[in-house]
Amino acid sequence: MAAINSPWTHIRRTPYQSTAAILTMFLTFLLAGIVGLSSLASHLILTYFEQKPQLTVFFTEKVKSKSEADALIKKLQDTGKVASLKFVSKDEALVIYQQQNKKDPLLLEMVTADVLPASLEVTAVDPSYLKELEPVIQSSEGVEEVVFQRDVVEALINWTNAIRYIGIIFAGLLAFDSILILMTVIGMKIALKKDELEIMRLIGASPWYIKRPFVVEGALYGFIGSLTAWFVITGVVLWTRKGLLSFLGVIPSIASLLSSPTEQQFLVFTGLFFACMVCSGALLGAIGSMIASGRYVRS
Amino acid sequence: MIRFNNVTKHFVGVKHPALEDITIDIGDGEFVFLIGPSGAGKSTVLRLILRDLLPTSGTVIVNEWETGKIPSGKIHLLRRSIGMVFQDFKLLSDRTIGENIAVGVEILGKPRLEIEKRVNEVLDLVDLPDKANYFPLQLSAGELQRVSIARAIAAGPAILLADEPTGNLDPETGWGIMQILKEINAMGTTIVMATHNDSFVNQMKKRTITMKDGKIHRDEEKGRYHLVKHEHNAHEHVKHDGEKETTEKNVKDGKKEDQHGRD
Repeated sequence: MAAINSPWTHIRRTPYQSTAAILTMFLTFLLAGIVGLSSLASHLILTYFEQKPQLTVFFTEKVKSKSEADALIKKLQDTGKVASLKFVSKDEALVIYQQQNKKDPLLLEMVTADVLPASLEVTAVDPSYLKELEPVIQSSEGVEEVVFQRDVVEALINWTNAIRYIGIIFAGLLAFDSILILMTVIGMKIALKKDELEIMRLIGASPWYIKRPFVVEGALYGFIGSLTAWFVITGVVLWTRKGLLSFLGVIPSIASLLSSPTEQQFLVFTGLFFACMVCSGALLGAIGSMIASGRYVRS
Repeated sequence: MIRFNNVTKHFVGVKHPALEDITIDIGDGEFVFLIGPSGAGKSTVLRLILRDLLPTSGTVIVNEWETGKIPSGKIHLLRRSIGMVFQDFKLLSDRTIGENIAVGVEILGKPRLEIEKRVNEVLDLVDLPDKANYFPLQLSAGELQRVSIARAIAAGPAILLADEPTGNLDPETGWGIMQILKEINAMGTTIVMATHNDSFVNQMKKRTITMKDGKIHRDEEKGRYHLVKHEHNAHEHVKHDGEKETTEKNVKDGKKEDQHGRD
């Protein structure tokens, strides 16, 4: 293909401009990729904690079996805001206690089912409903104490949202910056080829025929930049996999994802991440070039 | 078919109109010379046909198109039915001759084989069959103009506009170009050629439209035209069928039009 129709030739003939455009795209997608993965990880962590019992009701000595807690269970179910309820009897509580302290026999001595209270583990449909469930529980008979994880969950939601919003704002700013830089680079290239474009225009080339090589060039910048970012992020994840597993391994979904890089789950996820990155990279590049060429190439 | 109906063209900031209420009818297959001093409005006529300019008033109709009513996204469709030959060739310097000509067909979206076939055909027609792989810098001015003609006709346009195509060429080479244009016209292509060359006009004996001050001065079936150089400068005087014109005013207007790139 001849020069004007060969984006690759354009890139080779202006290496510094092209490198600047690719680097900008790389930085944008590096940050976007990190934000995306962080958001996904925090979502998985949040989901994990949301699925754990968020509130535990400890009953008084009088409540020994599930039938004695039925009134409270019905009241909670009637609210429609409860995802799950699990009654733990005194005997079950003892089994759990023994399980948790099996390595420390001293703690097991003298502990019988009688000293442990029966309890009810409550998971709300949404953590924000916990506030509304609390008075319903507190006003019920036989309730000794409510151990409430609302603060932990709320802090987690706040952190997750903060990470997400700050990330989105930064990635958005960088994307905007990338489009501006790309528009400048493509604009300069179009200005250099002004005479050629004028000839093309006069001999009947359609606006799209004239714009196409520049749009493809922009898409290539986005593709190369995002591909490089994907390589870097994937490399870092693989390199730090064991470290990540040591503190995020408690979350089953993350543990299974990172357990082996040759497992199908990891490969599918990496493939999807790759597709998302390069497609949005090429799209962002093409949009930037389309805007730039639209400003210069008119009938 | 080209039709100008009472066309006036004003350029912003210029007092006198470049064209003033002109009406022209050019039929299919005609060969028409547009002559007149610099600044008379010849190039403006060509640019209006190509829809590079829009008339200030009046209508320009080219084939089935009224140029003023073509949406901006469809102007290229009109231009594909018109070939344009420029005085300065306007070839793409980083493309070979073959690629330069191919552009004219490539924009139509034709398949590669058809493009190659057409490029060879038009290179034969302009008598440059062995120059397809040369670059413009390797060719003489006469050869470059022939390439420019080849590119203009490669897509098989119904109309060929030539804006002083022999202006940069010696008389002998110029005659070669005229022979090619004559041949193209014989194939049925309408040709509108702006020129200052009196010998071509006088010997070709084709329809000649003489323009002056943005108006049609004469429109004759087998017109004649002499260019007389002024003793003290290069300004032109028009002598038409024995009539001699003093052109002080034309010279003034011509300078103005030069500044706006019309001639």
